[in-house]
Amino acid sequence: MSDLNATMARLERARPGKVILWTLLFLGGVVMITPIVFMASTSFKTGQEVFELSVIPDRPTLENYVFILQESKFMRWMLNSLWVATFSTASVLFFDSLVGYTLAKFDFRGRQIVFIAILSTLMIPTEMLIIPWYMMSRSFGWIDTYWGIAFPGLMTGFGTFLMRQFFMSLPDELIEAARIDGWSEFAIWWRIAMPLVIPALSALAIFHFLGNWTAFIWPLIVTNDPDIYTIPVGIASFNGEFQMDWEIVMTASCLATLPTLLVFLLLQKFIIRGIMLAGLKG
Amino acid sequence: MAEVRLEGVHKLFGSVVAVEDFNLSIGSSEFVVFVGPSGCGKSTTLRMLAGLEDVTSGSISIDGRAVNNVHPKDRDIAMVFQNYALYPHLNVFDNISFGLRAKRLPKDEIAKRTNEAAEILGLGDLLKRRPGELSGGQKQRVAMGRAIVRKPKVFLFDEPLSNLDAKLRHKMRAEMKILHQRVQTTTVYVTHDQVEAMTLADRIVIMNEGHIEQVGTPDEVYKHPASQFVASFIGSPAMNFATGRIEASGKTMSLRTDSGTSLDLAGCGVAEGTMVQLGFRPEHMELADTAKPARGHVSIAGSITVVEPMGHETVLTCDAGFGEIVGKYEGERRFQPGETVKFHIRADRLHYFDLKTGLRI
Repeated sequence: MSDLNATMARLERARPGKVILWTLLFLGGVVMITPIVFMASTSFKTGQEVFELSVIPDRPTLENYVFILQESKFMRWMLNSLWVATFSTASVLFFDSLVGYTLAKFDFRGRQIVFIAILSTLMIPTEMLIIPWYMMSRSFGWIDTYWGIAFPGLMTGFGTFLMRQFFMSLPDELIEAARIDGWSEFAIWWRIAMPLVIPALSALAIFHFLGNWTAFIWPLIVTNDPDIYTIPVGIASFNGEFQMDWEIVMTASCLATLPTLLVFLLLQKFIIRGIMLAGLKG
Repeated sequence: MAEVRLEGVHKLFGSVVAVEDFNLSIGSSEFVVFVGPSGCGKSTTLRMLAGLEDVTSGSISIDGRAVNNVHPKDRDIAMVFQNYALYPHLNVFDNISFGLRAKRLPKDEIAKRTNEAAEILGLGDLLKRRPGELSGGQKQRVAMGRAIVRKPKVFLFDEPLSNLDAKLRHKMRAEMKILHQRVQTTTVYVTHDQVEAMTLADRIVIMNEGHIEQVGTPDEVYKHPASQFVASFIGSPAMNFATGRIEASGKTMSLRTDSGTSLDLAGCGVAEGTMVQLGFRPEHMELADTAKPARGHVSIAGSITVVEPMGHETVLTCDAGFGEIVGKYEGERRFQPGETVKFHIRADRLHYFDLKTGLRI
């Protein structure tokens, strides 16, 4: 009886505004999740069944997975992506925070100009940079190398800006105290400033890693050798070779999504906080 | 323990003069307090001493060595900041020992000295805690621990007690005094609180608008303020002032105030016709029943506007005709606003300041 009363009370509390909000959120959820559900379901379908709208396959099969893992270079691409994204993220965390710290905590002639110059790179679309990047890569012999894929993302304007904003909020006294305590400027950055901006660093790391994991256009242009492909380029390569075998593309996509899904589940708290931080500060 | 000398020190921020011709010699083991209102340049001077601000001109030396171009870490100083500046991600032990680790001392030496400092400050049980888990007073002690553990030549304190409540501030003040008596390190302490300055200092440096108004022992600055500014800054409640011209009629001297009232001054040595500010402290005003003062006393009457009973004394704000004056009364009598009271003041407790220059006459 008390359960019933509680339910009634809860229903009475539900205001029309809340009902609309929840409905919209539910619809939004459906729109986001449906393609993923279809991707997963298609990965268990045979070629004949691909264009049927059923979510649960009539004759579920693991053949696609066997093909991807045994016949293609998928694992190699996975490792390529992992290596490029990790290396690039480590580089961004190091250099962006170092530059951001310098811009936030050191007063030097031209500081504002440097900052504005870095900020202005945010306004240049990637597509415009691709041709100069390619010409550079060709001259330096970086085509078909990991360095070639990674170099444009080793430092970012966004990361520098984000880190600068965070370092600015650190009290100067902490840095001055460490200076009097006898530490070098580099040690102060590493031992005092960096541990205090870990939330910002984790937000930057997550965004940059995911951005690199899913990067497509530049890796596609700078690589010709299938051994150097990253996952998105590799998945796209199935299209041409096998006349749009959607079940294969979807299976590869599923596998490619797994690590990011895992990362998301593990770091959910940090990611949400990161989005909030970047939204507030970035 | 070291001597500190500041000679002709100037500091400009753009075209703004923050510190002007600052000359001071601080003796070994001396506790010197810089005091003054906000923006008087006291913290800037301290920061120049620490090496956190460049000196525009002049020279600073510590223990006989010019340090103008020496990095803060090589000046052998320790500083305690207003907001403590404790490293939030390190526990108390690591906060205290952070400076020792920079010197790359052996681990057992670091542990020994850190524990010693923690023991002196009663932080023994808190070594594993982070600053976020400490009270204001404990944080303050950790900040002091971080300074004493390095055994520097000079301690610099930048308003270290201003974030504490009144009771704790009183307690920490006493602790600080005990600490100084124990370690005997030359100390420069900045505050805007004149009570802190008076109670802690061997010598007080009173600053105003970038320059020194007076340097002296607490007793000297209280009894013989060099300027009207010092007189008004030191003492609580603040000194009373009456502005006017010194007049003489025969042997009697008097002060003709701006509002036209006349105050008879017994034994005044100021030349006739001088425009002065006459100062007298509330605690030197004795409540009297008669208008005619005793020999060597000056009488001032006023109508009470505010009565502030403090328990052991009553603070009376009165309208004296030439302006508002504040007097103190220690006794059982009750007062009502509107009542007229008379005060007698010993003539040798009157202070005369030149109206134009503000300097003591």
